[in-house]
Amino acid sequence: MILVWLIAILLIAGVLAWFSGRWSSTAPRWISLIAVSIDFVLGLMLWSRYGSEMHLTPQRDWVTQVNWSWVPQLGIRFHLALDGLSLLLLMLTFLLGIISVLASWREIEQGIGFFHLNLMWILAGIAGVFLAVDLFLFYFAWELMLVPMFLLIAIWGHERRNYASMKFFIFTQLSGLLMLVSILSLYFIHHHQTGVYTFEYADLLGTHLSSHVELLIMLGFFVAFAVKLPMFPLHTWLPDAHTEAPTAGSIILAGLLLKTGAYGLIRFVFPLFPDAAHRFAPIAMTLAVIGIIYGAVLAYGQTDLKRLVAYTSVSHLGFVLLGIFAWNTWALDGALMGMIAHGISTGALFMIVGQVQERTHTREISKLGGLWATIPRLSGAALFFAVASVGLPGMGDFIGEFLVMIGTYEAHLIGLTIVASIGVLISTIYGVRFIQSAYQGKNSNNWAVRDLVPREVVMLIPMVAILIWLGVYPQPVFNTFKPVLSKLYRTTAQQPATSQAALIKTSLLHLPGDQW
Amino acid sequence: MVSTTDLFIILPLLILGGASVVVMVAIAICRNHVVTFALTLIGLAAAFASLFWIAQDAPRQVSTLLVVDKYALFYMGLVIAATFAVALLCYSYFGRREGDPEELYVLLLIAALGSAVLVCASHFVSFFLGLEVLSVALYALNAYLHTRRFPLEAGIKYLILAASSAAFLLFGMALVYGQLGTMEFGKIRQMIEGSPDASHAILLAGTALIITGFGFKLALVPFHLWTPDIYEGAPAPVTAFVATVSKGAMFALLLRYFTWSGSHHYGAIFLVFTIIAIASMIAGNFLAMMQSNVKRILAYSSIAHMGYVLVAFQAGGELATQAVAFYLAAYFITTIGAFGVISMMSNGERDADSIDDYRGLFWRRPLLASVFTAMLLSLAGIPLTAGFVAKFYVVTAGASSQIWLLVFVLIITSVFGLYYYLRVLVAMFSGLPQGHEEEAAHEISPLVPALSLSSGVVLAVLTVLLVWVGVYPSTLLNIIHHTVAGIL
Repeated sequence: MILVWLIAILLIAGVLAWFSGRWSSTAPRWISLIAVSIDFVLGLMLWSRYGSEMHLTPQRDWVTQVNWSWVPQLGIRFHLALDGLSLLLLMLTFLLGIISVLASWREIEQGIGFFHLNLMWILAGIAGVFLAVDLFLFYFAWELMLVPMFLLIAIWGHERRNYASMKFFIFTQLSGLLMLVSILSLYFIHHHQTGVYTFEYADLLGTHLSSHVELLIMLGFFVAFAVKLPMFPLHTWLPDAHTEAPTAGSIILAGLLLKTGAYGLIRFVFPLFPDAAHRFAPIAMTLAVIGIIYGAVLAYGQTDLKRLVAYTSVSHLGFVLLGIFAWNTWALDGALMGMIAHGISTGALFMIVGQVQERTHTREISKLGGLWATIPRLSGAALFFAVASVGLPGMGDFIGEFLVMIGTYEAHLIGLTIVASIGVLISTIYGVRFIQSAYQGKNSNNWAVRDLVPREVVMLIPMVAILIWLGVYPQPVFNTFKPVLSKLYRTTAQQPATSQAALIKTSLLHLPGDQW
Repeated sequence: MVSTTDLFIILPLLILGGASVVVMVAIAICRNHVVTFALTLIGLAAAFASLFWIAQDAPRQVSTLLVVDKYALFYMGLVIAATFAVALLCYSYFGRREGDPEELYVLLLIAALGSAVLVCASHFVSFFLGLEVLSVALYALNAYLHTRRFPLEAGIKYLILAASSAAFLLFGMALVYGQLGTMEFGKIRQMIEGSPDASHAILLAGTALIITGFGFKLALVPFHLWTPDIYEGAPAPVTAFVATVSKGAMFALLLRYFTWSGSHHYGAIFLVFTIIAIASMIAGNFLAMMQSNVKRILAYSSIAHMGYVLVAFQAGGELATQAVAFYLAAYFITTIGAFGVISMMSNGERDADSIDDYRGLFWRRPLLASVFTAMLLSLAGIPLTAGFVAKFYVVTAGASSQIWLLVFVLIITSVFGLYYYLRVLVAMFSGLPQGHEEEAAHEISPLVPALSLSSGVVLAVLTVLLVWVGVYPSTLLNIIHHTVAGIL
């Protein structure tokens, strides 16, 4: 039941915020803030209650769940379920939700009520995606988060908001519909084999597919997730959408929406289509590595601060994709850590760029420069998150990328590992450029603006703390994720283990879990 | 012979016919908008209520012309409810315009009667009668504001094209009759199955001409040319009627005819429908992208939507029949809602059909804009709306019959279709309020929506239905399951 409340609170708060926006400009902000904070606390409670017993058995698929009848005629159920993977991503969702409400506190001046309606409903949609285990419900939530995101960009975005918002919507909608066809194919094949119409994840897991059909259906899912992720060459919506969105929109896009793609790959693509996924892995991993290099090189070439950060996402999510398709303990732990750390560090970078823009009214690197002289605290924070983002040891991103590379190496893909590590090198270069050209140097434009206010400091401190925590002591995250990992192996190991990767993963299962 | 029970079972038709006479006489006695309006609503409500009353006696064949089965009851309900909603919209729309609005209701009732006959038809004669009753009423409805240029043009255009398509239809019926010697849908199937080696060329030609007749009324490519002009020219509530009742009844008949006569199983006919569906989806969506007139956008989008329903029709089988019914129900709700907003936005001089009329509407009239947003999102098939479940259902039907080509065309074109819905949305949400003095200074006087109780109620009810069907489709599915499935 608590799972339903997690979503319902956001939906209700959104409507309340909208109505309250008519008579007050601060009420919507407070309502949203309180609602997301309640969700965050509920999430923490779930974590502390089940933290020690996240263990899943074949009999116990989920830590906790809600399973209601919805559309019995079509075998659709309202089925939400939680395990370690969803919990971690939910916590990230609510954390970034709080941050994005705070980040819009001064930036959004018009249509405040409606803005927060959209914000809350995006978060609700994302929470739904992370919790849904009925494939129809999953698709429902997957589509649901698009409209408010579209409106967020289209109404409160920057100069080219119409173009960016439409591109975003059409890309994701098309890929989503391909996924729908795949879901339906699976649904009918399952019905053909068992005589039961169901969209239930656990039931569909056992569907037997011929290898050709499996690959086709898998591709439908894969494309939907790869667009969201985004994987090279399906990433072109991302720089536009990230750049034109208001700060809160960018934070949610980079921090959460991209993660739904990675989540889908882990939750659906591999368990449902293990053989096809393994066969497809070389292609996906090659594209991932291309994305790493491509994103990093393009990030270096940008003249717009926000676009620069946007392209770094392409690069970082390349690591996540690489880790997922390497499909072994290290790589998956790394991918998950990468997702969480990227969510926080990139979210923070977008926030900082937003704060710079709010003060200077420009994002052009050439017009900035020497900001350190006038806003040292903000520049210091920028430096911290930039080095976190490029993967300095001691922070979360490093753990993620390092583990992914170990995992890829373990999967005997040495060439890919080497190229990916070059991506890390390039990321250092754009990180340095980000800091040097915007913050350091001479203040030739004579910027004299206000430094961080207490509200902004309050937002940044927890993000700094979490990144360091993830970098220094990531074990709680891995422990939460471990039962899911072993369950994933169990389901994907039902198929005959033929590939090299499958052999590795079975041997890894017997290794002690805490490598750290 | 027609017995008392037969008369009882066609009670809805009798009530509709009677109501139109009563309303006509009432106008002759005393011309009063409110009284006419009230009589119309009572007539429609009585016809709707009678559906439940006669339900226990269904199915029943009334002579060879009409069949009143659960399938017909469902679509009659849909037709009558939609007419009711349109009548409510008409009340405020025509009340604000020149001329006497009273006769409009007579025409509406007659058109509803024609549609109701269509969904009951099991014979070429009742098919043609119903069609003509509907069409003749529509000529006059389209041109109801006959002193204005565009409605008049729409009326004439519709008259000429509908009359010629009726001629094609008649010729097709004649060919089929000449070949088989029967005009009953059910017998056609027996004749075809009974003589498999009979010459099918004339039969095919006849069926093709009948498809022309259907295609015209449903505005399927290549018979769609009238659609944008009629949609644009006709008064907004009338457009809502043309878009929903006339098309819905026709589609119900299409499904009945091709299922009962078995013609659908011919490879050639199946191929023709596949081509028509693909052409409608592509042409409808791509042409809509080029429009800047909201009514024309909706016209082209309706062409595409009929293409989507054809995909479900092509799938065949019980799932497909239900998908068609569900899609049409959702489409009725959505389209009447959308045209309801347009009616409400229109002032006495012109209809609010330019995208510019909607610019910034959300910040001026948040509720009205929200309703329009919901309707557009439903047309685009976004979750929480009826359109989403409907599109899902159609794709499900297509996937179950593995007509992948149609399914993929549907998916790809509907994504392109998003563009024009989003354009209207973006316009409505554009122009954040900047402060009042500034706005008053440079704003060219926007259309002031005429809020009226009757239209407001319609829109509120439709929005609730839209979300209800979108979130909890089980109720509607149950109704459809218990009524429509009986057609096979």
